[in-house]
Amino acid sequence: MEPKPIDNAAPDYIHAEKGLRSWLTTTDHKRIGLLYLGSILVFFLFAVGLGLLIRLELFAPGEQIMTNDGYNRVITLHGIAMIFLFIIPGIPAVFGNFLLPIQIGANDVMFPRLNLMSWYFYIGGGIFALCSVIIGGVDTGWTFYIPYSSDTSTNVFLPIMAAFILGWSSILTGLNFIATVHRMRAPGMKWFRMPLFVWSLYATAWIQILATPVVGITLILILLERMLGIGIFDPGQGGDPILFQHLFWIYSHPAVYIMVLPAMGVVSEVISVFCRKVIFGYKFVAYSSLAIAGIGSLVWAHHMFTSGMADVARVVFSLLTFIVAIPSAVKVFNWLATMYKGSIRVEPPFLFALAFIFLFSIGGFTGLLQGALSTDIHLHDTAFIVAHFHYTMLGGGGVMFFAAMYHWFPKMFGRMYNKKVAVTGWALFFVGFNCLYFPLFLAGLFGMPRRYADYLPEYTVYHRTSTIGSWIMVTGILLLVGNLLHAFFKGRKAEANPWGGSTLEWTIASPPPTHQFAEIPEITGGPYEYPDEVEGPDEVKDE
Amino acid sequence: MSDKGTARNDASRAEGADASSATGADSHHVPGVVYDPVAVKIGMWLFLFTELLLFGTLFIVYGVYLHDFNWQFRLGSAALSIPIGTVNTVILLTSSLTMALSIAALQRADKKRSIGLMWITILFALAFLVIKSFEWAGKFEHGVYPGSDHLLELTKGENVFYGLYFTMTGLHALHVIIGIGLILFAMKRVAGERTTPERPLLLENTGLYWHLVDLIWIFLFPLFYLIS
Repeated sequence: MEPKPIDNAAPDYIHAEKGLRSWLTTTDHKRIGLLYLGSILVFFLFAVGLGLLIRLELFAPGEQIMTNDGYNRVITLHGIAMIFLFIIPGIPAVFGNFLLPIQIGANDVMFPRLNLMSWYFYIGGGIFALCSVIIGGVDTGWTFYIPYSSDTSTNVFLPIMAAFILGWSSILTGLNFIATVHRMRAPGMKWFRMPLFVWSLYATAWIQILATPVVGITLILILLERMLGIGIFDPGQGGDPILFQHLFWIYSHPAVYIMVLPAMGVVSEVISVFCRKVIFGYKFVAYSSLAIAGIGSLVWAHHMFTSGMADVARVVFSLLTFIVAIPSAVKVFNWLATMYKGSIRVEPPFLFALAFIFLFSIGGFTGLLQGALSTDIHLHDTAFIVAHFHYTMLGGGGVMFFAAMYHWFPKMFGRMYNKKVAVTGWALFFVGFNCLYFPLFLAGLFGMPRRYADYLPEYTVYHRTSTIGSWIMVTGILLLVGNLLHAFFKGRKAEANPWGGSTLEWTIASPPPTHQFAEIPEITGGPYEYPDEVEGPDEVKDE
Repeated sequence: MSDKGTARNDASRAEGADASSATGADSHHVPGVVYDPVAVKIGMWLFLFTELLLFGTLFIVYGVYLHDFNWQFRLGSAALSIPIGTVNTVILLTSSLTMALSIAALQRADKKRSIGLMWITILFALAFLVIKSFEWAGKFEHGVYPGSDHLLELTKGENVFYGLYFTMTGLHALHVIIGIGLILFAMKRVAGERTTPERPLLLENTGLYWHLVDLIWIFLFPLFYLIS
C-alpha cells in the first residue's frame, strides 16, 4: 500500500466546522464516531459507578449501604447500562464508524445520514434509560425475565423502550456497515486484502441485523403483556415463560459476540502493528469471525440448562457450545504465532492486547465448564457465572475498547498521550481486575449465588478481596480516561503514523481532513505488509 | 470472485458519478458521497430482512403454541370470519398490484398515472384497515379482547390464540399505516420530481416495503383464518 500524499492545508475534520450545531447535524463518519465516543464514555463511567456501589454493598455480610430492593435495582441498571449502552455499541459505533471507511479506502459510510440517525437513536435510548433511573429504576435484572418483568411494580416500560430503541440503533449501524463493505471498497481492496478489524466488524454487523429484531419484538411482547394482559408468556393464561427465555437468548447470546468480535478485530490490528508482522493465518482469522457469528447464533439455550429443557436439546446445545470455542481458539493461537519472531515493541495498546489474551482465555476456559451439562448444574446462577462473563466481556470487549482508544487516539485527535501514565493505568486495571473477579470464581464454586445482596460469613474473604480489587481497578480506569482527557487538551502533537502501522488510516494525516482521501487509493497488496528494512518509526517521547 | 466484486464496484462508482452529475443541484443528496443504486437496494433488502425476522419470531411463537394447543387453536380459528379475511386478502393483493403498476408507470415517465395508482393503493390500504377495525370491534363486542373476563373463561389455548391474533394482526396493521405514510411521502417526491425515472429508488423501495406488508398478510391469513 503506497502512502498517498494528501493536502495538509485542508482543515482536519475536527476543525472543519465550528459550533455545536455543526456537530449535531454532521454526517461525517469521523465526527459521528466522536459523538459516540463522548456519549458512550459518559454512560460507561455511570455504569462503573453503579458497579462500585454493588461491590461496596458486598463488602461485608448484612446490609451495608442499600436495601435488598435497592440492590436489585442497582444490579439491573448496572447491567442495562453496561450491556446496551457501553459494550454492545462500544467498539463498532466508535471505532467502527471512525475507521471502517478509512481502512477500506472510502470517504464515508454508505448511508451517512442514516449513520447520524443511529446516533440519535442511541441517545434516545440512553435518555429512556436515564429517565428510568430518575423515577426509581427497575428490579428485574437486565434479562427482563418473565414473570419478574410482567409482575414487578417498578416501571419496566422505560428500560424496555430503551433497549428497543438501542436495538434499532444497532441494526441500522450494522446495515450501514454491510452496505459499505460490499460497495465502497477502494479499487484493488479485495475481500482478503481487508484489515481484520473490518472483517470482524462485517461479521458483527450480520449478527446485529439477524439477532436484534428477535429481541426487539420479544421486548414488545413483554410490554403488551403488562399493559394489555395479552398472556403470551403468562402460564395463568396458557403462555409459556420458558419461551420468553428462548427468544431472549436467541438475541442475547449472539449479542455477546457483538461485544467481543470487534474487540478481537482490534487485537489483530494491534498485534500486527506492534509485532511488525503479517497476522499469522490471516484467512483463518478472517473466516473464524464469520464462524463465530454463525455458530454463535446456535448456542443460546446453554443459558437455560437448568430450566427444564428436553435432554436431547441440552446435549445438542452443549455440543454446539463446545464447537463455538474452536474459532475463538483459532484466533488466540494465530495471535500468539504472530508474535513468534516478531519485532515486538511494548507500547500501551500492545499491553492491552496481551491483557485481552490472558483474561479472555480465562473467561473462555471457564465458559467450557458451564457449557458442560454436569458442571453447569452446580455452577448455574452462582458468582462463578458473574466472574466468567466479566472476564469475557470486560476482560474482552472492555479491555479492547481501551486498547482501541490508546491505539487510535493519536489518529483521532492528532495528539499523543503520556505513555508512563498509560502503562501505570493499565497495570492498575489489570491487577485490580483479577483481584476483583478471580475470587468470585472461588466463591461461586463454593456455592455463592449470584444477584444476592447478602451472604454467609464464610464468603467474606472472597467478597472483601473482590471489593478491594474494584477500588484498584476503578483507579486504573480513571487514570486511563484522565490521561486521554489530559492529552486531548495538552498532548504533544502526534505524527501521522506514530506506531508504524501499515493499514490505510496510517497513511493519512492525524487528525484526518474531512475528506480523508482526496484521491481514492489503489490497493496493491495485503493490509499487513511492512517495509523490509525494519527502521521503525521515530521514537515517540513522552511530553 | 473478489476481482469481480471490485470490478463491479468500479463500474458502479463511475455510474454513480454520472448520476450525481446529472442531478448536480440535488440538495437532498449528501455532497461527496457516491450515489450507488445497488447499495441502496442492499440496504433496503437488509432492512426488509429485519422485518421478516421481527414477524418470524412471532411465527415461531405461533408454531410453538399451535403444537401445544392444537384443537383450541382450531376452535379459535373457527370463530374468525373467513369471508372477511378473504376480502381483506384480495384487497391487499390488489393493492400490491397497483403499487407495482405505479412503479412501472414512473419508469415510463408517466408521472400522473404513477401518482394516481399510488392514490388507489392508499384507498385499498384504508379499506383494509376499515374492514380490520370492524372485525376487531366485532370481537370486542363479544367480549373477546386481551385480558377480558370472557377470554379467561375460555380454554387457555384459545386465550393464547386470540392473544397472538391481536398481536400479529395489530402489528401488521401498524405496518399498513406506516406503509400509507411512506406511499404519501413517495407521492410527494414523485410530484416534486425528486423521484424521477432516472432515480426511482425511493418509489421502488416503498414498493418493496408494501409488498412485504402484503406478503406477511398472506401468511397471517391461512394461519389464523383457515386452520379450523
